[in-house]
Amino acid sequence: MSIVVPAVTARPGDPEITPALVKEHGLSPDEYQRVLDIMGRTPSYTELGVFSVMWSEHCSYKTSRIHLKTLPTEGPRVLQGPGENAGVIDIGDGLAIAFKMESHNHPSFIEPFQGAATGVGGILRDVFTMGARPIAILNSLRFGAADHEKTKYLLPGVVAGIAAYGNCVGVPTVAGEVNFHPSYNGNILVNAMAVGLLPSDGIFRGVAAGPGNPVLYVGARTGRDGIHGATMASDTFEEGVEKPRPTVQVGDPYTEKLLIEACLELMREDAIVAIQDMGAAGLTSSSVEMAGRGGTGLLMDVSRIPAAAEGMTPYEFLLSESQERMLIVAAKGKEHIVERVFAKWDLEAVVMGEVTDDGLWRVTEGDREVVAIPVTALTDAAPVYNRPYAEPEGFQASLTEPELTAHGDAKAVLLALLASPNIADKRWIYRQYDHMVRLGTTLRPGAADAAVVRIPGTTKAVALTTDCNSVWVKADPFVGTEGAIAEAARNVACTGAEPLAITDCLNFGNPERPEVMWEFVRSIEGMNHALRELAIPVVSGNVSLYNETSQVSVHPTPGIGLVGLLEDRSCAVGLGFTEAGHRVVLLGTPRPTFGASAYGTVMHGVERGAPPAVHWAEERALLGTLREGIEGRHILSAHDAADGGLGVALAEMALAGGRAGSIGSGLGATVQLPVSADLLARERWLFGETHGCAWVEVADEHLAELAGIAGRHGCAMTELGRVGGTDLRVTDQDGAVVLDAPVSALRDAWEGGLVSAVGLTPAPPRP
Amino acid sequence: MRFGIVTFPGSNCDHDAYHVVKHVTGQDAEFLWHKNTDLSGVDAVILPGGFSYGDYLRCGAIARFSPILEEIRRFAEDGGPVIGICNGFQVLTEAGLLPGALLRNQGLTFICEDAHLQVANGHLPWTGVCPETIVAPIAHHDGCYYADEETLAMLEGEGRVAFRYCDRQGEVTEASNPNGSLHSIAGIVNARGNVLGMMPHPERNAEAELGDATGAWVFRSVVQAFADGEVGR
Repeated sequence: MSIVVPAVTARPGDPEITPALVKEHGLSPDEYQRVLDIMGRTPSYTELGVFSVMWSEHCSYKTSRIHLKTLPTEGPRVLQGPGENAGVIDIGDGLAIAFKMESHNHPSFIEPFQGAATGVGGILRDVFTMGARPIAILNSLRFGAADHEKTKYLLPGVVAGIAAYGNCVGVPTVAGEVNFHPSYNGNILVNAMAVGLLPSDGIFRGVAAGPGNPVLYVGARTGRDGIHGATMASDTFEEGVEKPRPTVQVGDPYTEKLLIEACLELMREDAIVAIQDMGAAGLTSSSVEMAGRGGTGLLMDVSRIPAAAEGMTPYEFLLSESQERMLIVAAKGKEHIVERVFAKWDLEAVVMGEVTDDGLWRVTEGDREVVAIPVTALTDAAPVYNRPYAEPEGFQASLTEPELTAHGDAKAVLLALLASPNIADKRWIYRQYDHMVRLGTTLRPGAADAAVVRIPGTTKAVALTTDCNSVWVKADPFVGTEGAIAEAARNVACTGAEPLAITDCLNFGNPERPEVMWEFVRSIEGMNHALRELAIPVVSGNVSLYNETSQVSVHPTPGIGLVGLLEDRSCAVGLGFTEAGHRVVLLGTPRPTFGASAYGTVMHGVERGAPPAVHWAEERALLGTLREGIEGRHILSAHDAADGGLGVALAEMALAGGRAGSIGSGLGATVQLPVSADLLARERWLFGETHGCAWVEVADEHLAELAGIAGRHGCAMTELGRVGGTDLRVTDQDGAVVLDAPVSALRDAWEGGLVSAVGLTPAPPRP
Repeated sequence: MRFGIVTFPGSNCDHDAYHVVKHVTGQDAEFLWHKNTDLSGVDAVILPGGFSYGDYLRCGAIARFSPILEEIRRFAEDGGPVIGICNGFQVLTEAGLLPGALLRNQGLTFICEDAHLQVANGHLPWTGVCPETIVAPIAHHDGCYYADEETLAMLEGEGRVAFRYCDRQGEVTEASNPNGSLHSIAGIVNARGNVLGMMPHPERNAEAELGDATGAWVFRSVVQAFADGEVGR
């Protein structure tokens, strides 16, 4: 290293650096030796804290980095790939979409309300930092078993936290997914995604350039909350250990709202060189990353930071994760513009440092220098691991489809699946989220396979979804992750949109266990394969490892957030049947399996077996047919098969039926299956899980045109029934009744499922 | 007709109201900053939804001290049309421009959902051309209308209840009341009828693309009343 590291004098009161203190900071002996080699001296206490957070798994991606590098991140629409605060893609007409998904798992398990709330706040900052007006929030939540004692407390807490933050900042929470599984009993997952709209030539980045330019601290004051949050997020939990409690941050959505308005207003002035939000590892991470990207250095004085508490030390200022704060590099001489705009919004903005050219990250406390570390030591020189991984014993054998006996009563099976908490109605949750503010949401939660949010001043809309069936991923991480991406792509295609790009949030257990690391590696390989098959990139993301409590790792959960584009949103369709008399048509070739299925879990308590495989040529044919069929207005509603299979998908179309684009009062259908009287074959066709399939509703006079489109794409198309009546009636190929249930009975099971499984206070009936 | 839409710190439906006034009803619209001490000569004032001042202390409790509120009070006393939507309604009750208070929803959670509204008095400046029922989403945590018996009797007696929560058929029932509001009250007016406060958001259902367009009639009503000289300072 060419940079000479200056000495700093010990700060009175700082503890002595001992092996125990190093260990407490989560640095291994090898890592600490690396610190000594780089520094050429013993680090100060403050410096030790800085290395601890910057080299933590959460900030350094030291375990995941070599694997993430393999993923496709480029494409004609990519304006900003991974490495910035959020990814940005071009949607034409001079507009772009910034988006990213991020985890807030550990804090949410400790304090569900604040943990979830600040998760939303953090991801919003990542997006508006890019210069984007946030237009939508999504989330992906995993709780333990629905009847686990903690779920009843954690679920309402997380939902209320997301609601409190998102509703107050005025960004609609438009879509998401919620799943329950015992593997999350001791470690819930709270992933939030934000989506923003910006001019394609108006992207702001966090590149600290121009030595001499002032560094401004803006937003809320710094307190002692959240110190070492990044380190906590890089460790496992132990039952009964409550020590991390003080590291949960407290959110203030009102200040965030002001911060959004102030930043977006400031961005219209020509005053900003770089901007970055203070997320995990606070001021340290944000300023180091900015200097790292700029190839510059920084000199900052913590005594200028507006403090929320008395007597804060440099260590505390640098590691605090107080919320609603940003760092701005202004053009020299334009500090007053920043100060003026922030004063208008009653926010503080203070010059606290400047960009330098010495490649050092230097921090003073008044006149005393307390930190001097080469920037690259904290970024490029951070450790990188290629951790060992191994396929778990018995994996191949576990892929055999479980041999199940037919239940015999298909109606009872359907009712049980609809009432199971993973499939049941999620209205109890989404009615607490303001999903309409900003007047963008043309397809609301529950009304379609993806939320559709219009782009003002254009005919366009974006279709947004989050997906991951972690039972599939657990059963086979490669195939299951492919499946998550296939499902996400189908979900936006079912509204009529073209899938453009994804963000990911990779939640895994302890990577120091070879079998968990194997799950991670195989999952990334599956993601890589799927993205290349669909020719879409990943433009942003987040990795959350060490989701383990008392030696139990969570199911591998690579959450996929996908953005799709509708050029002409007036053709977009929902999932509910719209009108009696229309045809019920199946697109695609079903290959249903009981492996890793909801049917297996709910009806038989069996979770093993290979998950459904993705046949990419068929999947692409389906996506193309859906899009073209919807664009041509031949398809009036569409819904893909996912958990619960084709039978549950059909029931969901009936349940949402009766009012286009919204949840209606229900509309039945009569459908004839291409199966015999064999009970197991019937149940496999209805409830086995498959990729590559979607039900669509088509008016008679459009059948021929849709058949032509399907033919051109090479997608199978089968007419199987008609919309109408008050019952969902399914027969076999000989006309014998497989199931016949009033939609109202389906509704009772579906609407009551979540509430009764968790023990929540029911919401009143739909208006 | 020119509408002024007040932006408090924390307002988040100000742009929505602006959009509907300007692009759906085709009127002029401008934002009024909360620190302003004049209303720039607008013909109507909208206090939009949101979380003014974070709704800390109590919803609307701090916004009532904004400099612009004194101007709005004068404007209302002179007969100028004012509508407070959601947080705006809360501000109007806190400021004493409308009676009663908005308490925490009976179910204790935030609710965002369509609400069917019966137009209880269709002869007001803000309801004159409304159909018998409209659909307007609610999105609030504190929307349970409360007033003492005497006030309720006065409101009912003077025809000052503008909207009530009802079901799809237009019937006012206990089940159709989403938040526990007394008398199923969703919106009320002042004695003169020019100041309306309502918890539901008519601006959210003013375009067919968003599901329903009946909310636009609230804004069209005041445009008509203004044109007819029935309202205005």
